[in-house]
Amino acid sequence: MTGALSSPPRTDITGQLGYAAGDQRNFFRPESEAELQAKGRRARRRHTTMVWVGRVALAVVVLGGWQLFTELGWVDRFFFGQPSGVWDSLVHLFTVGTAFGSIWANLWVTVQEALLGFAVGTLAGMVIGILLGSNRYLAEVCGPYIKIINAIPRIVLGSIFIVAFGLGMPAKVLLAAVLVFFAVFFNAFQGVREVDQNLVSNVRVLGASPMQVAWHVTIPSAMTWIIASLHTAFGFAIIGALVAEVLGAQQGIGLIISQAQGSFDPNTVFACMVIIAVFTLVAEYLISMLERQVLKWRPPVRSEASSI
Amino acid sequence: MGDTRATAGPVADTTGEAARIDIVGLTKRFLTPKGQTFTAIRDVTLTVEPGQFCAIVGPTGCGKSTTLAQVSGLEKPSAGSVSVGGRIVEGITQGVSYMFQADSLFPWKTVLSNVMVGPVLTGTPKKEATVLALDWLRRVGLAGFEDRYPHQLSGGMRKRVAMAAALINRPRILLMDEPFGALDVQTKAIMQTELLQLWEESRPSVLFITHDLDEAVALSDRVVIMTSSPGTVKDVFDIDLPRPRGDVQQIRHEGRFLELQGQIWESLREEVDRAYAQTAAVAA
Repeated sequence: MTGALSSPPRTDITGQLGYAAGDQRNFFRPESEAELQAKGRRARRRHTTMVWVGRVALAVVVLGGWQLFTELGWVDRFFFGQPSGVWDSLVHLFTVGTAFGSIWANLWVTVQEALLGFAVGTLAGMVIGILLGSNRYLAEVCGPYIKIINAIPRIVLGSIFIVAFGLGMPAKVLLAAVLVFFAVFFNAFQGVREVDQNLVSNVRVLGASPMQVAWHVTIPSAMTWIIASLHTAFGFAIIGALVAEVLGAQQGIGLIISQAQGSFDPNTVFACMVIIAVFTLVAEYLISMLERQVLKWRPPVRSEASSI
Repeated sequence: MGDTRATAGPVADTTGEAARIDIVGLTKRFLTPKGQTFTAIRDVTLTVEPGQFCAIVGPTGCGKSTTLAQVSGLEKPSAGSVSVGGRIVEGITQGVSYMFQADSLFPWKTVLSNVMVGPVLTGTPKKEATVLALDWLRRVGLAGFEDRYPHQLSGGMRKRVAMAAALINRPRILLMDEPFGALDVQTKAIMQTELLQLWEESRPSVLFITHDLDEAVALSDRVVIMTSSPGTVKDVFDIDLPRPRGDVQQIRHEGRFLELQGQIWESLREEVDRAYAQTAAVAA
C-alpha cells in the first residue's frame, strides 16, 4: 500500500525534472564530516532564529495588547497604566528625577541596602547553617526555634525594625538580611548533612583534624547547595529592601513606589519595577558567573531548566 | 583459628613488625533504631602478617566492612581488640589508607589535588606534596591528567587516582573495601594487575574485602571466609600461588588456582546459602 503510494510519484518526478535522480545519488553517497558540520550549523542557526522570532512576537503581543486595550478603553489606563505611559515615566525619572533627588541616588540607596542585607544574611546563613549541620546537639537544641521563626511571616518584622531603627538604612538592611538568612541557612544545613561519609572517613583515616575535615570536605561539599540558594536569596534581598522602604523611608525606590501609589500613578510603579528588574538581571548574571567559577568541577548540568 | 599466626604467608618482610595486624576476639554490636542490639561480628580472630595480602570473603551483610572499620580505628570494638604493630588500636590508626567501593575522590578537587590530600593532611609542604603527587600520577599512568576533575575521567581512571591517593603516604596498612566492585570485568582485571604491581613496590599489609572469589584467590596470600551474620571467621586458606603473580587474567587458568578456588567455594557456599535463607526469612 505504502509502496503504491510513494514510489510512482518519485519515478514521475525523476522523469520530469531530472534532478531527483541526482538527489538520490546524493542520498546514498556517504556524508563527509564537513558537510555534516555545515548541516548541523545551519540547523542550529535556524533554531536560534526561530527562538528569537518567538520571543519578540511574545513581547509584542503582551505589550501591544496592553497598549491596545488601554488605548481602546477596555482596560482603564488610570488604574492599570500603559506601556507608553511607563516609558514616559521612565524618561521622566531619569531626566527630571524625583521629589527625593535623582533616580540614581535613590537606586543607589536601594542597591546598597539590598547588597548589604544580602552579604550579612548570606554570611550568617552559611556560618550558622554549617555550624548546626555539623553539630547534632546544637541542631536539636535550636531546631524548634528555627522552625518557629521560619513560620512567622518575617516581612512583618519590617514594621518592627522601622520602629526600632528609624527610617534610615539599618532597618532595610536588617529586613533584607533576615529574608536572605533563611534561604541560605536551610541549604547550608542540608548541604552539610549530605556530605559523603566515605570522604569524611577517608580523610579521618589519613589523619585529618576536625578543622581539616571541615575545610577539605564539609565546606566545599556544602558550597554546591549554598551557591544554588544565592539566586533565590538575592531576590529576597531586593524584596526585603523594597518592602522596608515602602513601610517608611527617606530615600529609595520603595519610597518612590509608595509615593506613586499615593498619587494614583501606576506608570511610575511599573517604571520602578523595570528599573529593579534590570538591576536584578545584572546581579543574577554576576551570581551565575560566580557559580560557574566556584563550581567548575561539576559535571555539565543536563537539566533543561538551567537553560531558562 | 589460633594457628593462623603459625602459617605465615610467603612474604618478603620489608615493612617490619609495624605492619602486623592482630585481631583477637573482636566483637561489634550496634544499637538499632528500635533500641535493640545487633551483633555485626562475633569473636573474630585473625592475623595479617606484615606485608601480607589478606582477602576477606563472605556473604552480604556478614560484617566485613565493620571489621575494617575497627582496624582503621574509625569505630571502637564492643569486645576484643585490634592491634597494629603490637599496639592496641585506640582512635585513628597511624599509617593506614582506606579505599572504598565508591570512588571517594573529592569531586571539587583536580586529580592532582586529590592525590595530594594525603601528604597535605600530614603537614607536607605544598611544593613537596605536588612533586610527590606528580610522581604517583605517573606511576598509575595518569601523567597529563593533573588538571582534570574526577567527573571527566572514566571509572578505571578514577580508581587509579584513588589508588595513587591511597598509596602516596606509603601506608603500612591498606584497607580495601570492595574497591573494584563497581567496575566492568575488563577494567577490573586491569586494575587488579596494576594494584598488584604497585603493592609489590612497597608491600603494605592489605585487608581486602570482596565478593568475588576469583579476585580473592588471584590477589591474596590468604583468604579468610566469614560466616553469615553475625560474622565470624569460618575458614582460612593460604594461597600458595607464586609471586609476583603478573597478569591476573593468566592466573585464572592455572590448575592450582582452580583447585584452590574450588576448595574455597565449597566452604563459602554453605554460608551464602544460609545468608540467603536468612534474608528470605526476614522478607517473608
